[in-house]
Amino acid sequence: MLSSKHFFLLPALLTLVAIILFPLLFTIRVSFSSWDVFQSGLDYIGGKNYGRVFADERFWQSLGRLSLLSLISVSLQYTLGFALALAVWKQVRGGRFLRVLFLIPMMTTPVVMSVIWRTVFHESLGPANDILGMFGIGAVPWLSSATGAFISVLIVEVWQWTPFMFLLLLAGLVSLPREPYLAAAIDGAGAWRTFWQVTFPLMAPITIGALIIRLIEASKIMDTVYVLTSGGPGTATETSSYYIYIRGLRDFQIGYSAALSLVYLVIMIVSLTVIAKLLLRLLVGKVG
Amino acid sequence: MKYRFTTSASVLAIIASSAVPVSAQDYTSFGIEQDLPGTCSYAVTDAKDYSGRTLNIITHAIPVIGEPTALHAEQFAELTGAEVNVVHVPFGDLFQRIMIPFQSEQNAYDVMFYPSLWIGDFSRFLAPVPEAYVNSTGMMDVTPSFTGVATWNGEMIQYPMDGDRHYLKFRTDVFDNADVQAKYLADTGNQLTVPATWEEYNQVAAYFNASDWDGDGELNYGSAEVAKRDDLMFSAFISRAAPYAKHPDVQGGFFFDLETMEPLINTPGFVRGLELFIDAQASFPPGGTNFGLGDEIFSFGGGQTLMSYSWDDAYIQANQEDSRIRNMVAAAPLPGASEVWNRTTGAWDTFETPNRAPYMTWGWSSAVSSMSEEQEMGFDFLCFFSNEANAEHDMQIGRFGVNPYRNSHFDVDYWKGQGWADKTAQTYVTTLSEMEESQNRVFDLRVPGVSQFMSSMANGVSEAMAGQKTAQEALDNVAKEWSEITDRIGKDRLRDAYANVVTLEDNEG
Repeated sequence: MLSSKHFFLLPALLTLVAIILFPLLFTIRVSFSSWDVFQSGLDYIGGKNYGRVFADERFWQSLGRLSLLSLISVSLQYTLGFALALAVWKQVRGGRFLRVLFLIPMMTTPVVMSVIWRTVFHESLGPANDILGMFGIGAVPWLSSATGAFISVLIVEVWQWTPFMFLLLLAGLVSLPREPYLAAAIDGAGAWRTFWQVTFPLMAPITIGALIIRLIEASKIMDTVYVLTSGGPGTATETSSYYIYIRGLRDFQIGYSAALSLVYLVIMIVSLTVIAKLLLRLLVGKVG
Repeated sequence: MKYRFTTSASVLAIIASSAVPVSAQDYTSFGIEQDLPGTCSYAVTDAKDYSGRTLNIITHAIPVIGEPTALHAEQFAELTGAEVNVVHVPFGDLFQRIMIPFQSEQNAYDVMFYPSLWIGDFSRFLAPVPEAYVNSTGMMDVTPSFTGVATWNGEMIQYPMDGDRHYLKFRTDVFDNADVQAKYLADTGNQLTVPATWEEYNQVAAYFNASDWDGDGELNYGSAEVAKRDDLMFSAFISRAAPYAKHPDVQGGFFFDLETMEPLINTPGFVRGLELFIDAQASFPPGGTNFGLGDEIFSFGGGQTLMSYSWDDAYIQANQEDSRIRNMVAAAPLPGASEVWNRTTGAWDTFETPNRAPYMTWGWSSAVSSMSEEQEMGFDFLCFFSNEANAEHDMQIGRFGVNPYRNSHFDVDYWKGQGWADKTAQTYVTTLSEMEESQNRVFDLRVPGVSQFMSSMANGVSEAMAGQKTAQEALDNVAKEWSEITDRIGKDRLRDAYANVVTLEDNEG
């Protein structure tokens, strides 16, 4: 039975409908149309766009590339973020300063940061090759070779988002109970054993949360690729979101890009759900 | 109610406003040297009153085109009393920001600035330029090429305010140096001359690559080219492929066979052009395969490379007052080809004098929306934007992106007046003006869905340059995609639009 108090939910529900439900339903409708640069109406063409998606080799390649990039970058971010969090967890001299310092990359605008990194990686004029040269290392084709460009995108991603991982993991560390550590100390466990037997298991829930959040974010990588490489050389750094951007906003194939987005969304939901379950089983030992 | 702008009314209005006895007012406070006489001069515009009316403009981000738009919008508002709102949009978003209101029939913007090659997509939403403006002093001086670029199905629907083309830029301190010439002859057995073919271009670039030929202690390189995918690289490829694929005796289409609408992008002429583009990478500066337009401008304009080809920006930068290579550069036509693919006979034809196919690369253009209720003010603004004094002022500032598009702009003395050396000014003017006279020019694929075609081509070229596919494989794939796009858009619709391009290329306009 509806009472007056239920109307207090209305603003939130309306907002939800406006920003999530309507765009989603509209995108689904658009994906069944041929809305293009020359055809603006919402006509109905059945599943033609979806048929094109499944035959679109470039999309599937970009998805494979994105998976690789996400897995490597998030793994590195987790490892580095955890190491940094552990380093400043205990009271160390200048700990507060270091915490702020570590967070700076995350607070910069991705596009601005990518422009700066593009300058750093500039093979003629950027400092990266100059610094390597001082150590007798020859010029690295950061952005002009397929491998170099992939690694460059990876470096920027790790640089920017390791602080996010650091922040979450540090929050987890400071909230851990002290008793297990006292027990471990009484049992004579060393630092290494304490980490693996106490800290790591206790951090499992927050680890899963952090990894999933970062995987979701990493799967949307767009601005770094856009600024740094435009998906090149060739298609070496073209990710799914960048490819959808090209089809949708550059080519103005609105209907087709809606179909691409929805297929991509379904793949992401399924794969991230599977990953979350696997992580739970692996780290906590049970399926939630 | 939709506002209708009658031609006769506008003619009368312009004649009347031109006839207003204008005092010799000083307009130098607007940043111009002096007001120049013309249909939409400062004095004439000053006599108009648009108080209480609003003009909405969408343009590119600052500085290229965006900065002059903002500047002239402010001036126009001050002179006429109009309220002028300018929206600046990055290049990647510009198309959709204009197209979505068009498609949804919203009257979002009265005036638009955009790349002229989008005319095929926008044509049905643009107001024809009224006769009064077609006959204005500024418009009468626009070269036939750029009048043609603004015309669609025999009607002018874009307002020319920029003229772009690709041409060769090279360092005269190297090419004119007797010692360098002698050494080049001794080393290669060839005279050092400005490359007449793309093969020669690659050879010269390779010879001068990775050596300190300007003696500043830093390595120099052979060629700077726009090779970054999705950063106007498609234009660089067209420049390179054009002389091999555009046969002067074969009419009826460069990108497509107009009759059948079969793509020609994977024919041997284009493949040869791509193969030479791939070879040229060896003479790029480090990272050169990822150079966008900005990098190319910086590399050649900054003195790093011997040669380059693209728009005017690098040339203007090289000749700015603070440039260390000022007046050490010259312009020349794009290299040509000694062998040209003849698609009619299916064979290569040999040319004693290399075949040239100047590429009238897309430039910026402007238009008034057919949905606008302020069409008269919109055209007045565009006429003012490109009036004689403003055009002269804007061309001097490299970052504005306004390049010669009127006959009066091809004046050596004007450029020498900017401090350019005789050869720098002379070759620039000669190169540009001779392109106007060429009978074998190539224009952009100005058809609906041009972005889809160019995006597909850029991806294929990029894959070949990265070694992911051979030139033939990459272009075969592009041709396949072009056929699919053609099927989606509709062959007849595309043919009708492409006929406008072929008219220009076959000099029928």
